[in-house]
Amino acid sequence: MKEYQTITEISGPLVYAEVDEAIGYDEIVEIETAQGETLRGQVLESSDGVVAIQVFEGTSGIDQEASVRFLGETMKMPVTEDLLGRVLDGSGRPIDGGPDIVPEERQDIVGAAINPYSREYPEEFIETGVSAIDGMNTLVRGQKLPIFSSSGQPHSELAMQIARQASVPEEEEGDGEASEFAVIFGAMGITAEEANEFMEDFERTGALERSVVFMNLADDPAVERTVTPRMVLTTAEYLAFEKDYHVLVILTDMTNYCEALREIGAAREEVPGRRGYPGYMYTDLAQLYERAGRIEGRDGSVTQIPILTMPGDDDTHPIPDLTGYITEGQIYVDPDLNSQGLQPPVNVLPSLSRLMDDGIGEGLTRADHGDVSDQMYAAYAEGEDLRDLVNIVGREALSERDNKYLDFADRFEKEFIDQGFDTNRGLEETLEIGWDLLSMLPKEELNRVDQDFIEEYYREDAGGETETEATAD
Amino acid sequence: MSQTEAAVRDDGIIASVSGPVVVARDLDARMNDVVYVGDEGLMGEVIEIEDDTTTIQVYEETSGISPGEPVENTGEPLTVDLGPGLLDTIYDGVQRPLDVLEDKMGSPYLDRGVDAPGIELDEEWEFEPEVAEGDEVGRGDVVGTVEETVTIDHKVMVPPDILEEDETAEVVAIESGSMTVEETVVELDNGAEVSMRQEWPVREARPTVEKKTPRTPLVSGQRILDGLFPIAKGGTAAIPGPFGSGKTVTQHQLAKYADADIIIYVGCGERGNEMTEVIDDFPELEDPSTGNPLMARTSLIANTSNMPVAARESCVYTGITIAEFYRDMGYDVALMADSTSRWAEAMREISSRLEEMPGEEGYPAYLAARLSQFYERAGYFENINGTEGSVSAIGAVSPPGGDFSEPVTQNTLRIVKTFWALDADLAERRHFPSINWNESYSLYKDQLDPWFQDAVADDWPEKRQWAVDVLDEETELQEIVQLVGKDALPEDQQLTLEVARYLREAYLQQNAFHPVDTYCPPEKTYLMLTTIKTLNDEAFDALEAGVPVDEIIDIDAAPKINRIGVQEDYEEYVDDLKSEITEELRSLY
Ligand SMILES: Nc1ncnc2c1ncn2[C@@H]1O[C@H](COP(=O)(O)OP(=O)(O)O)[C@@H](O)[C@H]1O
Ligand SMILES: [Mg+2]
Repeated sequence: MKEYQTITEISGPLVYAEVDEAIGYDEIVEIETAQGETLRGQVLESSDGVVAIQVFEGTSGIDQEASVRFLGETMKMPVTEDLLGRVLDGSGRPIDGGPDIVPEERQDIVGAAINPYSREYPEEFIETGVSAIDGMNTLVRGQKLPIFSSSGQPHSELAMQIARQASVPEEEEGDGEASEFAVIFGAMGITAEEANEFMEDFERTGALERSVVFMNLADDPAVERTVTPRMVLTTAEYLAFEKDYHVLVILTDMTNYCEALREIGAAREEVPGRRGYPGYMYTDLAQLYERAGRIEGRDGSVTQIPILTMPGDDDTHPIPDLTGYITEGQIYVDPDLNSQGLQPPVNVLPSLSRLMDDGIGEGLTRADHGDVSDQMYAAYAEGEDLRDLVNIVGREALSERDNKYLDFADRFEKEFIDQGFDTNRGLEETLEIGWDLLSMLPKEELNRVDQDFIEEYYREDAGGETETEATAD
Repeated sequence: MSQTEAAVRDDGIIASVSGPVVVARDLDARMNDVVYVGDEGLMGEVIEIEDDTTTIQVYEETSGISPGEPVENTGEPLTVDLGPGLLDTIYDGVQRPLDVLEDKMGSPYLDRGVDAPGIELDEEWEFEPEVAEGDEVGRGDVVGTVEETVTIDHKVMVPPDILEEDETAEVVAIESGSMTVEETVVELDNGAEVSMRQEWPVREARPTVEKKTPRTPLVSGQRILDGLFPIAKGGTAAIPGPFGSGKTVTQHQLAKYADADIIIYVGCGERGNEMTEVIDDFPELEDPSTGNPLMARTSLIANTSNMPVAARESCVYTGITIAEFYRDMGYDVALMADSTSRWAEAMREISSRLEEMPGEEGYPAYLAARLSQFYERAGYFENINGTEGSVSAIGAVSPPGGDFSEPVTQNTLRIVKTFWALDADLAERRHFPSINWNESYSLYKDQLDPWFQDAVADDWPEKRQWAVDVLDEETELQEIVQLVGKDALPEDQQLTLEVARYLREAYLQQNAFHPVDTYCPPEKTYLMLTTIKTLNDEAFDALEAGVPVDEIIDIDAAPKINRIGVQEDYEEYVDDLKSEITEELRSLY
């Protein structure tokens, strides 16, 4: 392996060096500074004689005396089942004081795309115990379902609640020897405090043993954040598709990841896309998110819950926008609901699970599940609309029908959404609460629900019918 | 992708690599030649030539590729293989069959440097000649047929590029029976040999005689589309909308239920699981016109968001070239591209790596030209063999932040004649399909009216206009309601709002996931509308006779309108319901 002392330019996170051999695109580089510190980087552009290197730890400390070594291979993640229970830094090196990791394989962190023909369509319901999700935005194994939040909101609490409670109903009573469950947690640029909350929760619930934690904290190098999720997902794919685990991946905060991409783009003087983010950010994010899924003939699965904080709580910002275009839905954490004290403060209206329709219903969850969800969406949306009007004209000016919808919206938030971060609700209970609420409305308003389900579940004594009858007289 | 190797020209070597863009030195190439890059032979296409440097967009991942590695030129532009075997297949963006790739790679992951022909070369087909020795044939003429799938008879045609425009040649030999696509089935007196397989460069439209005015609707089985904003066979449509508003579901519904002969579904830069869903569902679902499995009329092209970006740029061309080929056989083809924005973004990404002068929002200046060239390949045509066929093109558009003022949406709207505007607000309240009825339009509706009048009902246009008027009035009234509440409106306006509510909830909404409601034939669409019209007319009569609006609104029969969609025996249901509405309302005065 050749060593060069040929650095010609240092700019932001980038170093340019002259070379006299062929260097591969994406190849890994080690840079040794005059002080003896070793930094790692990756080839971003390779042309005859010159390479551009992106340095993960940042370029401070590098000068033209530094020596550059090309390792002749692209970035790899050493993988083994023994990673479970371990805490690593953002580049995959242990930081928990434990033994060295003896890898079973070293895998390329830039995962090749899954052949769409080889995928298996995800349709196994994951019960998260959270009504807003199970009832109306159902998560399935192999889905990528991000949490859209903003700074200062309890998105971590929600993610932890999901990680703690997630289970797949049939398997609990099944043969017991089904695939095991693992959590991989990838922190990118979050504060030590936030990271500790997760760690404490993992330790308290004993989840750490079946987890792998990758930590790139706020004061760790920003450029490293571009490799952390790839390390995480390479580990996830290994455990899922070679060791049969059902892996839940939590990535937080994707916004910090995207900021790092923007920083590199700017340093390379690329033509920026919307709001200064690189034009290839859609493709880049897709190469992460699309690594969720199931594969035909393999037992495990990779389910992703990326968390992102929307700058300015604006979902048209490129980070949530591009994410929403790639992921299979999104869960909105809403600052207004949070300030009203709802736990979890999930706004179901803009939330969506695209894989819900195939994961619920007869034989999977319950036959009336889809209808109940649709009707609750419609009713809550109508109640929400009326809240604006009621501020202007007052409740008295509204019809009795309208008043019922207003009451529905209020009770929906209190009884259905606000369950608390520590309550684990079964799906049956979630749907029963749904029927309690829907029965506040007259039967003929339930036009999304099949007649048979109305007969089976509608509560005649809940007030929905009686009052209408009274006015009709 | 085609496998024939023409005269190989001089090879070059890689000078630099940056993502999907590779620059080669000393390569003797023409624009758009296909080249194989590096030791692994990654497929690429020449996109810029300057002195002795050639810029190449590479259709595969370039990690680890170094300067100094060889670049080999095939001397041919990017072409597709055309022939029996295109249907019931799923391809990537450069027409490599994904099932064959899985097999060859022995892995569920897409490896590099593996090529495969677009149609199976060893498979034998039963060729039935339709010409006799001594017949004169010209370009595009059908010389025989092959049963490609249970639904489709594949017409074997004289390739357009082996004869001049008005030239004919005499058939001197004919084969019949079991044959592979490369064997000669017909020989002509000028020495040309016709086989079942043709090649065609994807960036070039296949020749036709002329484009005609389309007069037949592409019936979609979706009420709001057929009823209010129909597209013609040979028409163009755009479906823009933010994420989650229903672009993909609408495209899937069209692929399932549109009354086209052939469906080409292009998944361009979107989700892997959405393609998997189609692969899983379509073989099981019935084509409503023939009862055969849907896959028997379908070809899928999948270049998902995580697959190489350059192949995303080419996948729409691969799709439309296959569509034109079936059009030449006289079929009505419908092509769906989900999403054309990803194609435009791929153009932008490549263009910015070439350091071209960016136009609006960083898109290359030729964006508008490329979009219109693509949609121009759609149409209702007289083919060169005298048959008529059509290509309908329906493109989803994914505007950043859902803002329709961006360049891809705007440039598309300048070209297409049908606009189905999706609306996030409707999607939030689960009003599906969330097509905004105030913003959407179809410029075909007048020319399609005669068809609907003939096939469904004479007053189809009047009924549609009535619905549009009521919905317009509702929009205006809603603005007042937002200020003063509904009860403050005069009674007749309150009644209009109620009628409009049924139009919205029963007629415009349609649940794609309900086994019956998912497909609504035009007759049912019409009957539903007439039922609401009956309610309207009888209700206004009652109001005039002095019945208070609250009593009118409260009749038991009215909410049953919302259940028409899920009725299989809708004719009887509608008949009964109309009488019920009439009787109940008349009993009030
Ligand atoms: N016609 C429809 N009927 C029922 N649900 C629909 C319909 N159209 C869209 N949806 C719902 O909306 C979700 C998002 O639709 P999709 O077509 O994937 O949006 P987009 O492609 O615009 O992002 C779907 O997963 C489905 O739940
Ligand atoms: Mg979509």
